[in-house]
Amino acid sequence: MTDTTDTTPATPKPDVPKMITGRFEYADSHTLARYQATHGYDGLRKALAMGPEAVSNEVKAASLLGRGGAGFPAGVKWGFCPPDVWPRYLVVNGDESEPGTYKDRLLMERDPHQLIEGVLLCAYAVGCAQAFLYVRGEMAHAQERIAQALNEAYAAGLVGKNILGSNFSCDVILHWGAGAYIVGEETALIESLEGNRGMPRLKPPYFPAAKGLYMQPTIVNNVETLANLPWIVRNGADAYTAYGAENSRGTRMFAVSGHVKKPGVYEVEFGTTTFRDLIYGHCGGIRGSNSLKAFIPGGASAPWFYDEHLDLPLEKAAVDNAGSMLGSGAIVVMDDTTDAVKAAWRVVRFFARESCGKCTPCREGTNWLEKILRRMLDGHGRPEDMALLLDLCDNISPAIAWPPKQTTICPLGPSAVSPIASAIVRFQDEFVAYCGGGEIPTSVQITGAAYVPPEGASAGV
Amino acid sequence: MPRFSAENTILAKEIIGRYPLPKSALIPLLHLAQEQDGWVSDEAMTHIAELVGVTPAEVIGTCTFYEMFKREPVGEYLINVCTNISCMLLGGEELLHHLEERLGIRPGSTTSDGMFTLEDVECIAACTEAPCLTVNYRYFHKISHDEADTLLDDLKAGRRSHEVPKHGTLGRVRQQIPADKRAGAAVPGECETPVWLSKAAPEGADA
Repeated sequence: MTDTTDTTPATPKPDVPKMITGRFEYADSHTLARYQATHGYDGLRKALAMGPEAVSNEVKAASLLGRGGAGFPAGVKWGFCPPDVWPRYLVVNGDESEPGTYKDRLLMERDPHQLIEGVLLCAYAVGCAQAFLYVRGEMAHAQERIAQALNEAYAAGLVGKNILGSNFSCDVILHWGAGAYIVGEETALIESLEGNRGMPRLKPPYFPAAKGLYMQPTIVNNVETLANLPWIVRNGADAYTAYGAENSRGTRMFAVSGHVKKPGVYEVEFGTTTFRDLIYGHCGGIRGSNSLKAFIPGGASAPWFYDEHLDLPLEKAAVDNAGSMLGSGAIVVMDDTTDAVKAAWRVVRFFARESCGKCTPCREGTNWLEKILRRMLDGHGRPEDMALLLDLCDNISPAIAWPPKQTTICPLGPSAVSPIASAIVRFQDEFVAYCGGGEIPTSVQITGAAYVPPEGASAGV
Repeated sequence: MPRFSAENTILAKEIIGRYPLPKSALIPLLHLAQEQDGWVSDEAMTHIAELVGVTPAEVIGTCTFYEMFKREPVGEYLINVCTNISCMLLGGEELLHHLEERLGIRPGSTTSDGMFTLEDVECIAACTEAPCLTVNYRYFHKISHDEADTLLDDLKAGRRSHEVPKHGTLGRVRQQIPADKRAGAAVPGECETPVWLSKAAPEGADA
């Protein structure tokens, strides 16, 4: 029942290497012996010979986009550290919990040394004196594998003092959370690492690179982002940018779940592969003889996509322009048996449960949204409920636009608006049925490419 | 008295020493308390406050934010069933209802024999393996109702203890930092430009 994830693409493109999941095929992929037998720590050796600035330049030239959700270029983020403020820290965000997302847990469980090497490469390039690997609390197996790997690496002189006999010294501390989705937000992650309640910090300062852990310059990078570094340093930025599209280089992991024949985690070429390739190629299409109703392209926070979006490439700008986001590489597929109101309710319930309570519009609003949707599902919907839902959405995320505006410190509140706005525009008839009639009120505009109704449909917006 | 044992007190001090500021050790120490006792008692939190140098209220404040910390005893096996979107689409709710009926309890409560606590949880990052659950944070993927029944029987009979440790134990391997390999905590106000950045040419690289 465990470890059955299929990571083998159904239609592999032979010329695209598996940059970060290549070792998954080995049963002992988590050991130092296997890692070293498969180019492990070669990137670190090369980096120590190149010097920190050259490593930084290489990563910048690779234009590696962050894989956590926001898609910010890692090399640029590193550059935000103010000069001559020490110490600098590296915090690894391994708090994977966006619904639909399943990749960082695999990378931590199956190839922990690759992550550790990535951590060291970043710390070396940026000048971080200490690194903290923050793993989600519930991931006991990942914590075990990383502890084992760190113990091996320390014993081999690969981590800690005078790494590989050089003047580079950096402790990597395994740390884990205790159950809170919001801790994935980088300033909340830092608060949690300081021993506090994991609530996002008021901005500015906008970037932890300027003021982060203990108000010192801090790089916060996602697990998958750092896992790319050994390959990039070993093979060079030119080799890396040979794959992918203009603004989305290399490869990327996507978890495709829900109503597909072969759900799985697939590492594919970034920027060129399409949603159709993944859903109908790798995953074998929709289960049974059902048809596609909708899919979430980038985790629960993302506005939904439909048939007409299938041929979009998995490329940041293309998906952004179409009105959603690739987020954390989580694609959730819903077939035509899915109740759109129920699906929206379940996603909203998640945000309501995970709201940290710091900002009123989110703390109160997400819970109201959840209760209204629940009431509708229980058969007590009222004709005015759609107007009420949209009014609440408008209070959390003014104008219900995409990209979203927010009345809150962090994007958690607006994330609860996406599924409602998506479902109401597209599946208005289902909402009307649950509400006992009524139309979408025109007093609240839903704007942005994500929320354009299909031609011929009367969405009333 | 569920304060830390002598052995765990030594371990707690070692953990605190890894961090630049001691309060960062709060969550690891709360986990250590839960590992020792199966839950987090007020006495344990008072002890943590003494060790870290904060008030007990600050420890309680942090503890209550995180749902993994249990402030009262739970069952020997904590069963977390995911009902979030990917699991909901493939029977997560039905799996939860099956376990509710089988155990005779609602989510959030414990069986009268103290064996099982059931929880309805958010996404646990096994979305392509839906429906799924964890027992004391050990994963069981693509689990049918029959497999869930077998799992309960096995747990009750002690046949799964090799893969499912007692509640509170997360990673069974602890990170060890040998004294001679330790780079040391980077304390704010006590650090200068790292030597590998300040020197123009890297030296001694094992290239």
